[in-house]
Amino acid sequence: MGKGKIVAGCLAPHPPHLVYAENPPQNEPTAEGGWEQLRWGYERLRASLADVEYDAIVVLSPHWQTYVGTHFLGLPHFEGLSVDPVFPNLFRYHYDLNIDVDLTKAIHNEAQASGLSVKLMENPDFRVDYGTIVTGHMFNPSWDKPMVVISSNRSSQYYSVEVMQDMMIELGKVTRKAIEESGKRVVVIASNSLSHRHFTTESEVPEDMSKEHITSHAMHLWDMRMIDYMVKGQSQRILDEMPEFTEQAIAESDGGAFSWLLSTLNVPDYPAILHGYGTIIGTGNAIVEWPCHAHEEGDE
Amino acid sequence: MSEGEIVASFVVPVHPHTVLAPDQNPGWKRLREAFDQAAQTIRELDADLIVVYSTTWPSVIGHQIQSDPNPEWVMVDHDFHDLGSIPYSFNIDQKFAHAWDEANKARGLQSRCVNYKGFPIDVGSVVALTLLNPDNKIPAVIVSSNVYANRSETTVMAKACLDVIKAQGKKVVAVTAMSLSNRMFTDFIEPSEDKIHSLKDHEWNQKILEFLRQGRLEDVGQLSRTIQQQIRVQKVVAFKPMWWLSAMNGNRNDLTGNVMAYEAIHGAGGAVVHLDPTPSGVGDKEYDEEDIEYFHGERGVLDAAEEIQAEELTPASNQNSGPELWEPTEREGSVNTDSAPKPVGAYPHARRVGNMLYLSGVGPRQPGTNAIPGGPIHDENGEPLNYDIKAQTHAVVENVRRVVEEAGGTMNQVVDVTTFLIDMKRDFSGYNEVWAETLGKVGPTRTTLAIDALPTPIAVEMKVIVHLGE
Repeated sequence: MGKGKIVAGCLAPHPPHLVYAENPPQNEPTAEGGWEQLRWGYERLRASLADVEYDAIVVLSPHWQTYVGTHFLGLPHFEGLSVDPVFPNLFRYHYDLNIDVDLTKAIHNEAQASGLSVKLMENPDFRVDYGTIVTGHMFNPSWDKPMVVISSNRSSQYYSVEVMQDMMIELGKVTRKAIEESGKRVVVIASNSLSHRHFTTESEVPEDMSKEHITSHAMHLWDMRMIDYMVKGQSQRILDEMPEFTEQAIAESDGGAFSWLLSTLNVPDYPAILHGYGTIIGTGNAIVEWPCHAHEEGDE
Repeated sequence: MSEGEIVASFVVPVHPHTVLAPDQNPGWKRLREAFDQAAQTIRELDADLIVVYSTTWPSVIGHQIQSDPNPEWVMVDHDFHDLGSIPYSFNIDQKFAHAWDEANKARGLQSRCVNYKGFPIDVGSVVALTLLNPDNKIPAVIVSSNVYANRSETTVMAKACLDVIKAQGKKVVAVTAMSLSNRMFTDFIEPSEDKIHSLKDHEWNQKILEFLRQGRLEDVGQLSRTIQQQIRVQKVVAFKPMWWLSAMNGNRNDLTGNVMAYEAIHGAGGAVVHLDPTPSGVGDKEYDEEDIEYFHGERGVLDAAEEIQAEELTPASNQNSGPELWEPTEREGSVNTDSAPKPVGAYPHARRVGNMLYLSGVGPRQPGTNAIPGGPIHDENGEPLNYDIKAQTHAVVENVRRVVEEAGGTMNQVVDVTTFLIDMKRDFSGYNEVWAETLGKVGPTRTTLAIDALPTPIAVEMKVIVHLGE
C-alpha cells in the first residue's frame, strides 16, 4: 500500500438555501432558483476536481455540535430525512450516504492516541446533521464517495477560540497522519460560512435575490480580508487572526472546521482557488479549493 | 368558558439521562423521580395545555412554534447517543399554536409555525414532554429560543402566549427546559463520577434555587445576564428561559416555590422546580425594566423602510380607563367570540343574515387584556402619544379574522370594508401598507374615511362585510 494523500482541501459552506435552490429530487420544497453566484461556484469546484481521483471525503460540519469530545459517524451507512430546524421551509432532504468506517476509525484512533477526547457514534437511529448533508450534496450530488463525518467540538464556547484552535490544529495533524497511513486519496472539507450574522427576518419568497446582501460593511471587510489571505497562500495569517475574525465577524469558524482544515493541509503557503463568494440570508460564504495535488511534494 | 390562567410552572433539565439512564447514577434517579412527581402534580391540576419553552431549540428567524398535531420520530442526542434512542409521538394543540403565532405577530414579533413531517424536535422538549406527560393526555405546544432575542422580545412573546391563554380560557402549565449552570465536563466520565462541574457553578446554582424556593422568579429573571456570565457556556443562546417564565407569571416574586430535585448531569446543573402561582406572602417585586407590550426591536433588516424608534413609542396599555366594556348581545344570528375584544356598547361582534355576515366596527384592542398593540393615541389626560399605525392595523385585521372564523368563514370571503382613520395624513401610508399585505391580497372593495375620533384611544377601525358562501 502506498502513502495516502490529501488531493484537495475545500471550504464548502452548508446553508440549506443552496440545496433548496437546486431543486434536487431528494429535497421536498421547490424553489425558483436563487443564490446562483454560490451555486455556480460549487459547479466550478466540482469541475475543477472532476479529473482528480479520490477515494473518500472527510468533512467537519458545525451543525453536529458536541460538547463532550469530538465524535465520528461510526456505522457504514446512514439514511433518513434531514429537516433543518431553523429553515424547515427550505430543507427537508432524504439522504443516503456511506461512511468509510476504516478511515473513520483510523482518524479516531490517531486522535485518541494524541490525547484528544473522541467517540464513535454507532447509534443507527442517529440523524446526520443538515450541514453535512448540504455540503455533501453540493460537493458530490451523486453521493458516490464514502465519507468521514467529524463533529464540531464546541470548545470555542467552553473556553476560547485559542483553545479551540489548539485542539483543531492537533486534530488536523492526526487527520493528515491517518490519511497518509491509510494509503487512500482523500478530499478534506470544512463546511462553514465566513461571517455569520443572519438577517432575523425572511422575505416572503426566500429566493428573492433583491433582498440578499451582506449584513453589514464590517462583515464584508472581514470576509474579503480572509479571502485575500486564502488566494495569496497566507494561511498562517488566517490562523493568527482567527480569534479576532471569529469574534468580530461572528464567524462560523467558531465551530473549528476552518482551523482544522488549514492544519490538515499543513497550513498551505500556495494560493487557493476562489470559486465563488456570496451572501445567504446576510451571512458571507466562500467556496474555496486548495489544489494540493498540484502543489504538494510527491504528487504527480 | 373559564378564565385562562397559568396553574403551575416547572423548570426541568434537558439532557436525556433522566429518560434513558436513571438507574446509572443516584442523582439522575432522583431527577427522574422528581419528573414523575411533577407529572403526577400536572395530572392532578387537570391542566388543559403544557407550554414548553426549550433552550435546546434555537431559532434565527424570530420564534418558531411547533404546530404538527402529531410529531413522531426517534430522537438521538448529539453528545449522548450511546445512551440510546427516545421514540416520541406528541399531542400538539395546533389551534393554540396558530393563535399564539398570530398573537406574536399582533405584538410586533417575528414568528412562524412549523408543521413538517420529520421535524427534529429538540432534546429538551423531548425529555420534558416524555416525562411530564407520559400518556400524552394533555395537549402541548413547544416554542423555540431565538438566538438574537433580548429580554423585551422574550417578554412580549410570553405576553402574546398569555393573550391566547386568556382568550381560549385554558388552564396551562408553563415549562422551561433548561440547565442551571450548563458547563458539562468536556471529557467522558463514568456515571458514578458525575458532579457539578465546579464549586462556583454549584454555589450559583444554590443561589438560584434559593430564590426559586422562595418563589422569587422575577429576581432570577433580573439576574439572568449575570448568571449567563458566571456559570454558562458563552454561546449565543443566553439564560433567557427565566425571562419567559417570569413574564408568563406576571413578573412576580411571591410565587410558592418547591425545589423537587437538584443534581448534576455530566457536570451541568439539572433541577426540577415547581412554581405554584399561589402567593407565598413573601418576596417584593423589583422590576426595573420597561414593561413592554409591543416589540419594536430590530427585525426589519430586509426592509429599507424607516422604522419608528422604540423609545418614541408608548407601550400598549391596559385600557381600563376607557369606556365601559359590555358583554356582546345575543340576538338571533349574533356571532360572538372570547377571542375578540369586548364591545364598548350593547351590540354583538357580528350578525349573520342568510349568507351574509356583518361585523360591528373592529379595532385593535386585544381580547382579555384590552391592550392596544402599537400603543394608544393619547394618555388618560388626553395628551397625544406616539403610536404605531401598522401594529394597530395588523391587530385590527387579526381581530376581524377571529370574528369571521368564529362564524365559520374565512378571510377570503371578506367582500367589503370601510376603514375609519383618525389621522389620514399621518396614518394612511402605514395602514395602506398593512392592508396590501393582508386584506389587499383577498381583494374586498374598500372605502377609507377620516373621522374626528373613536370611542377608545385607537387610530383605526374597520367595518367589514363577509359573504359566507352557500
